[in-house]
Amino acid sequence: MRAWRHGTAFPIALVAVGQHAQSALDPAGPQGDRFIGLWWLSLAISVAVFVLVVIALLVAALRRRHEPVAVEPVVAPEPAGERSLGRVVNAAVAVTVVLLFVWLVASVRTGRAYTSLRAAGSARAPVEVTITGHQWWWEIEYPDTNPSLRVTTANELHVPVGRPVVLKMTSTDVIHSFWAPNLGGKRDLIPGHVTTMWFQADTPGVYRAQCAEFCGYQHAHMALMVVAEPAGRFRAWLAAQRQPAAPPTDSLRARGERVFLGADCTLCHSIAGTPAGGRQGPDLTHVGSRLTLAAGTLPNTRRNLAGWIVDPQSTKPGSLMPQNPLGSEDLQALISYLEGLR
Amino acid sequence: MTAARARAVVAIGLGALAAATGCEREARPFRSTALTASAPGEVTVSVLQPGPRAPRPEMAEGPYDENAYAIADGKRLFDAYNCSGCHSQGGGGMGPPLMDSTWIYGSAPENIYATIMEGRPNGMPAWQGKIPSDQVWRLVSYVRSLAGLTRKDVRPGRNDDMQVKPAESSMPRQRAIPSTKP
Repeated sequence: MRAWRHGTAFPIALVAVGQHAQSALDPAGPQGDRFIGLWWLSLAISVAVFVLVVIALLVAALRRRHEPVAVEPVVAPEPAGERSLGRVVNAAVAVTVVLLFVWLVASVRTGRAYTSLRAAGSARAPVEVTITGHQWWWEIEYPDTNPSLRVTTANELHVPVGRPVVLKMTSTDVIHSFWAPNLGGKRDLIPGHVTTMWFQADTPGVYRAQCAEFCGYQHAHMALMVVAEPAGRFRAWLAAQRQPAAPPTDSLRARGERVFLGADCTLCHSIAGTPAGGRQGPDLTHVGSRLTLAAGTLPNTRRNLAGWIVDPQSTKPGSLMPQNPLGSEDLQALISYLEGLR
Repeated sequence: MTAARARAVVAIGLGALAAATGCEREARPFRSTALTASAPGEVTVSVLQPGPRAPRPEMAEGPYDENAYAIADGKRLFDAYNCSGCHSQGGGGMGPPLMDSTWIYGSAPENIYATIMEGRPNGMPAWQGKIPSDQVWRLVSYVRSLAGLTRKDVRPGRNDDMQVKPAESSMPRQRAIPSTKP
């Protein structure tokens, strides 16, 4: 039972975020609550129908024949037997129609409840977040009318508990799909088109979301951590993310910064507060504060960071990050620098 | 259909199936073969050198001219690194066009590699130390397919977004023009 409650969660990521982090059976908000009823109803009806069909099949297969089979079969009309068989078939059709109708009503009711949540949410000053799908990571932006207050991060979506969140999502390459099973349904990210999704998290916690539309080699390693936290902590997080990277204070990290700015990194990555302004890869301004590396593939530790920088293709073959053969002293300095970007 | 014709059709079909098992998917080079940094001095820009004349080091051939995946990757990098900013999808703007048959510094893979790595006068910056050499080789092969210097069937057939020029695969095949300058 417990094994399948985890769903398809990736074991390494589970170590980082705890149990039940990716399970539709463990809803953490009103949207998830709406779905769980429909899920249990579907499961109950399906199991009941399956058991009844198997019982009927076994009865038919194991029932003892009344008469030995004649060499010459006698085909004669049996009105009484045909009438009773007809009644059984009619009853089965009636039960099927009723069950499908129950499903239809339950499904429509769930859909209506879901939409009414959206209507209620739009009236309550939702948190707006822009998500852009890339092969194979998520770019997350907290828009603000003041450009200096905009926050760009990657693969980690922080939301306040008990407040509706509206995601405006698009993609730069192929179709991706956002799916945080604990928080509600899926929504596709489509290139050249903005899709909208509403959700609300009521229980604080870290929930794993997964790309749910096959998008290439590393589709399975395209995950997103949804961190639901109390409003005060969310505000503090947002304020910290708005700050540019603090300049390094010790000589090791200063060397790391020089390595970063002098190497291939800056063509794709940006760190606010430095000349690095590449927009191809994830923004690294506060990379040290994130839970995971490479879109939920690895826990964010010093060792994993080193392995990821030197040879990303062994962890995530096909990832667009190239290998970076750095000398070990440069590498240590670079990791200390990146780890300190909190 | 006669029985003989039916037998012939079945035999041809089975033969085609058997032949299809020989088809092999093109290798997709995710990792560069050598995990080494591109050291300065790898690219020779001049035959002039101090001291006695040493033999010029042989350059590797463009390793990806036959690989459709690497050329498509080069196309992605061409946009990602904003080559279009000056070369404008190969049609030329501030920088020279790349889809014609005029090559100031040669069209051989090693010439283009040197052009990207070391830069050229009047505007082409040097990308050495900014683009990993493996990615430069991908760009080299893509630049060559812009001009139709690679095989037609490995060149990209279409864009993922609006097409501003005919697809690379519809460019006529060109002959490589040897460099007049080192």
